[in-house]
Amino acid sequence: MNAQSIHARLADRFGPSLAAQDVEALDPWIEVKAEGLLDVCRYLRQEPDLAFDMLHCITGVDYFEADPKKAAVDPHLELIYHLSSMRHRHRLVLKVRVPRWREDKPGQLPEVPSLSGIWSTADWHEREVFDLSGVCFVGHRELRRILCPEDWVGHPLRKDYQMPAEYHGIPAR
Amino acid sequence: MASDRTASETTEFDVHTDEMLINMGPQHPSTHGVLRLALRTDGEVVTEVTSHIGYLHRCAEKIGENLTPRQFLPYTDRLDYLAGMNMNLGWALCVEKLLGRQVSEKTRHLRVIVCELSRIASHLVAAGCYGLDLGSFTPFMWTFREREKILNLFEEVCGARLTYSYITVGGVTADVPSGWLGRCEEFLDQFEPVIADLHALLTSNAIFIHRTAALGVMEPAMAIDYGCTGPVLRGSGVDWDLRRDGEPILTGMYEGYTWQVIAATNGQYPQDHPYPPVPSAAVLGDSWHRYFVRMLEVVQSVSLVRQAIEKYSRAGGVVDPPIALKQKLPKGEAYLETEAPKGQMGFMIISDGSPVPWRVRIRSSSFCNLSVLPELCRGVLVADVPSIVGSLDLVLGEIDR
Repeated sequence: MNAQSIHARLADRFGPSLAAQDVEALDPWIEVKAEGLLDVCRYLRQEPDLAFDMLHCITGVDYFEADPKKAAVDPHLELIYHLSSMRHRHRLVLKVRVPRWREDKPGQLPEVPSLSGIWSTADWHEREVFDLSGVCFVGHRELRRILCPEDWVGHPLRKDYQMPAEYHGIPAR
Repeated sequence: MASDRTASETTEFDVHTDEMLINMGPQHPSTHGVLRLALRTDGEVVTEVTSHIGYLHRCAEKIGENLTPRQFLPYTDRLDYLAGMNMNLGWALCVEKLLGRQVSEKTRHLRVIVCELSRIASHLVAAGCYGLDLGSFTPFMWTFREREKILNLFEEVCGARLTYSYITVGGVTADVPSGWLGRCEEFLDQFEPVIADLHALLTSNAIFIHRTAALGVMEPAMAIDYGCTGPVLRGSGVDWDLRRDGEPILTGMYEGYTWQVIAATNGQYPQDHPYPPVPSAAVLGDSWHRYFVRMLEVVQSVSLVRQAIEKYSRAGGVVDPPIALKQKLPKGEAYLETEAPKGQMGFMIISDGSPVPWRVRIRSSSFCNLSVLPELCRGVLVADVPSIVGSLDLVLGEIDR
């Protein structure tokens, strides 16, 4: 199935859960609201003619510009899911947009439902996105840091992240 | 023999002792780098494995946000440092996808030559180190002797033996020196008989079979669910290789080449090869098959290099130079996975229109291949853990990024 017909299928069934889409992009993507993500993904995985059996990658992108001299960007976090079906040889890119902080309170991580129950790849990838981009995946069985040490402070891939001056007496800068 | 181990027949599985937590790594030789495994054991039997990674974490993705794509290229060498050429290719193709660029015929064939040589070198390390993990020293020396010759060839084209930065965004850094193709063919001529020697040492070796067959068996569905790719996926009998099934920018590189994807269907490997048959103890998806797929892929790569040398010699024109160091990128996003020796290596670039990307993402193949380890190690003996880890052919530089 090509991107257009997959997007049309999703729009038909999950219309209110979808936020935006772009079929003209290099990798056509469709944006899903966080609260509808689980239903959409279960459908993508289970429907025989969609059969998205592989989750390749989860990416967290921070949109934030601290420097007032540069062009302002609308502050938010974006999650990008790359899916494919080996059986049908088609691909899909899902996006989820969340605020940088829950209820705009710095330190409160935004929440997105975990997909680790649908694709096992999501288990480690969600831990990585939590670790580096600071997103809380609700329903993940063991959401702890994976690449940084467990007592590390902050999320390095946030655009306003400040590298600590030292870590356990080791100068870091 | 591994397949005979049942709870009632083996004493180790009968005796229950106090649960013990054993730390394996991060400085354990058979973890192939700085991987730490926490094993929960009951006597000799492993009940649970937890992987701890991150010892080599440099946040390469953050570095990528602060450099132009060409400046970031040397960092890709340091991901899977046993196959730097393939890492360079993944990043170069991803940026070229965003730029909408296509390289010349000559460049395309040159890229195939170095990438497939790099794949051979990587698989040689995988096979040699795997033998070493299981107590066989000779294959390690033999495979490293052959790999050294490939590194000599690479040194001639780019001056480096490990971190090449040779394939670059837009093309390659320089054409090959004169006489290099001849030396490349000489290497292939003498290397081909050596493959049979390696098979004689390991593939049909009774001890090797006992240590690998029917161990760490992975069903195709499990492999796909965990995002396992490359020889780990094909070892489970899934006929999938991005060089044939990937995006056009990658498959276009291999257009016009004759080769086979190595995956067993119904327990049979597709090609006629003079190498030892599948032992009766082996089960599709076990450690032995993962090893065997790599050994057969080496033969395919040799054939691909030969074809590429011939095509390169016939192609007119010159090889493409790299793009400008600080070339502006078009606004947009591009994600591309390529078939690296260890699996599908993905790069993503998000650009806001400036020369420096807004975000760089690296999808590591070994990262996903390692994540399946707790499933494979449930209920095996402690001595079998290195055998399963070795069969996954991990590189920690790529997992930790």
